[in-house]
Amino acid sequence: MTTKLPPPRPKDPTKRTRLPTRPPGNRSREAHGLTAMAAAGRFALQTCADCGTVQYPPRQVCGNCLGDRLQWRDVSDGGRLLAETTLAHSNDLFFRDRLPWRLGVVHADAGPSMVAHLAEDCIAGARVRLALSIDRAGNAVVTARPEHPTPNPEDDRQLREMTFDPKDRRVLIVDGKTELGLALVRAFAGAGARQVYVGHAQPWRRSPHLDAAREIDAATLFPLDVTDTDSVEELAATIGDKVEILVNNAYHLRMGGAVGRMDLNTAHDEMAIHYHGLLRLAGHFGPVMRARGADGAHGAAAWVNLLSAYAWANNPALGTYSASQAAALSLSHCLRAELAEGGVRVVNAFLGPIEDEWHQLAPPPKLDPAAAARRIVAGLKAGVEDIPIGAVAEEILARRAENPKEIERGIGL
Amino acid sequence: MTETDDTGLLAGLLAGIAGGGIRVVDLTMTLDRHVPTIVLPPEMGQSWPFRMEEISRYDHRGPATYWNNFSCGEHTGTHFDAPIHWISGKDLPGNATDTIPPALFVAHACVVDCSEEAAADPDYLLTVDRVAAWEAEHGAIPPRSWVLMRTDWSLKSDPVQYLNMDETGSHTPGPDADLVAWLIEERDVVGFGCEAVGTDAGQAQHFAVPFPCHHMMHGNGRFGLPALTNLDQLPPTGAVVIAAPLKIRRGSGSPVRALALVEA
Repeated sequence: MTTKLPPPRPKDPTKRTRLPTRPPGNRSREAHGLTAMAAAGRFALQTCADCGTVQYPPRQVCGNCLGDRLQWRDVSDGGRLLAETTLAHSNDLFFRDRLPWRLGVVHADAGPSMVAHLAEDCIAGARVRLALSIDRAGNAVVTARPEHPTPNPEDDRQLREMTFDPKDRRVLIVDGKTELGLALVRAFAGAGARQVYVGHAQPWRRSPHLDAAREIDAATLFPLDVTDTDSVEELAATIGDKVEILVNNAYHLRMGGAVGRMDLNTAHDEMAIHYHGLLRLAGHFGPVMRARGADGAHGAAAWVNLLSAYAWANNPALGTYSASQAAALSLSHCLRAELAEGGVRVVNAFLGPIEDEWHQLAPPPKLDPAAAARRIVAGLKAGVEDIPIGAVAEEILARRAENPKEIERGIGL
Repeated sequence: MTETDDTGLLAGLLAGIAGGGIRVVDLTMTLDRHVPTIVLPPEMGQSWPFRMEEISRYDHRGPATYWNNFSCGEHTGTHFDAPIHWISGKDLPGNATDTIPPALFVAHACVVDCSEEAAADPDYLLTVDRVAAWEAEHGAIPPRSWVLMRTDWSLKSDPVQYLNMDETGSHTPGPDADLVAWLIEERDVVGFGCEAVGTDAGQAQHFAVPFPCHHMMHGNGRFGLPALTNLDQLPPTGAVVIAAPLKIRRGSGSPVRALALVEA
């Protein structure tokens, strides 16, 4: 069983906050193939199309037959831990801060042997389950967990560096007034978040969802309007140095495209919330979160953007909405690069139409907000970077990977 | 008139303002991010709220200057409603902020104190009978006057209380439909002003003619002046209101700095 982390205590104001450091960062282009697989939560390795040999680490030509037709394939994630060791010394600043650190060599069922970061309960000689995780530098690394889960995996000191379990962390849900916002508050509170800060704009508009969120023990409500710079600044000044997971779920969905309904005011409102809103949050919450990336076992960990799957491919029925989501997606990549300096990870969840009042005319299948929220929490626990949620998002992602021109023309799903 | 002539009409005015018995009362709300705008169903077109972004503050963006960009709808905070704002006034001559004769921006004001009624009933409607009673005390409303409805509503600094919304909409005081017609036809007012977010009562969308103050005032070339403050500092008659909207081409209104000149 994993040693339980001591619950977070109020911070000692006389102690210096440890500055964030990053594990070694440079990877080859081939190695970033692993990053792509890790980002999607897949355990996939290069496989030679000629001789079938599974490769690790990634390379340009097959280590067995020198063939250059190496393809990324999902492979068995089983393996056996051959040997393990505990680092007591490191010249790398990141690991020096975190010693001792356990590593091991795993013989993967897929073929290769690989060095892996070990969960506490991995025992030499025993079976393990492998995963590709993303480390604090944003690169894929191999992690190993016991084949059969043991108690308290969320407390694993080493693996918490690569995942974002909400347990004992303080979470900001930017908009608590929607079905999805309430579902997120419930999901994070249910996952053991120590505090769930819930933002709400336009206090004169009532929301049964906010009323329900108010009743949740871990929840505290704060005024927050992402279209208002002063409002974002004010909340960041109030709780910015406590937020360890920020969930930006503010959205503004209206039907219409560029020709059939050219409405700049609506387009402006979409950009004000999806793009400028994200920018305001980034400008005011980003610096302090980045500085707290190494603030103990419960330091700032992740920034989650809830985006539409139409950020990938414009749906003309929601033309300006899709465009504003694409702008937010692009900005999230900027944010990812900047927050990576503090070891804080940007996670994007991509949603298809959800079951809410604004998607009334969208044809099924529509996402249940509670299921979407659970999927986001599960993605954080697993440490993935991109989370397509629901059939529509998964289909768009798959078709876009296959043929971007086809999805561009046939988005009318 | 020469510079030294202190006997002219304006010289008297200036001397009065400079401590000679004329007070200048600010009737204007502060424009900031909290200033409420009218709440409409979310699927309708929405007026932008007041927002401000710094251009520079004596820093790398402008070492010697502090200034801002701001954005808002035309009908934000204390503002002027021009006749073109309503469909009933869309074809009138001189109906927009750039074409209204500027002399109309300076007018006498009659202030009807409804603060007790509004405190007792947020849906209070000002009626012809109530204004007739006011006239019995203060004299008939002179032609080309503003009628300003004092409710002390502007003292509600919390936007939620100010807008006073429930599932049937907003609950704020305003004029009765018959009064609006009477003020136009019988008293030739220049317009109607009040302290709530709009010149019509909060529940006016449910009236037989929805939004009668907008519909009739603007349909007859009259103006609106909502979201006023400090009406408690004005006498029932005798104040002069200066409320000039920005000269926006085809503007339907604009935030104003509304001032009243009051003889002490």
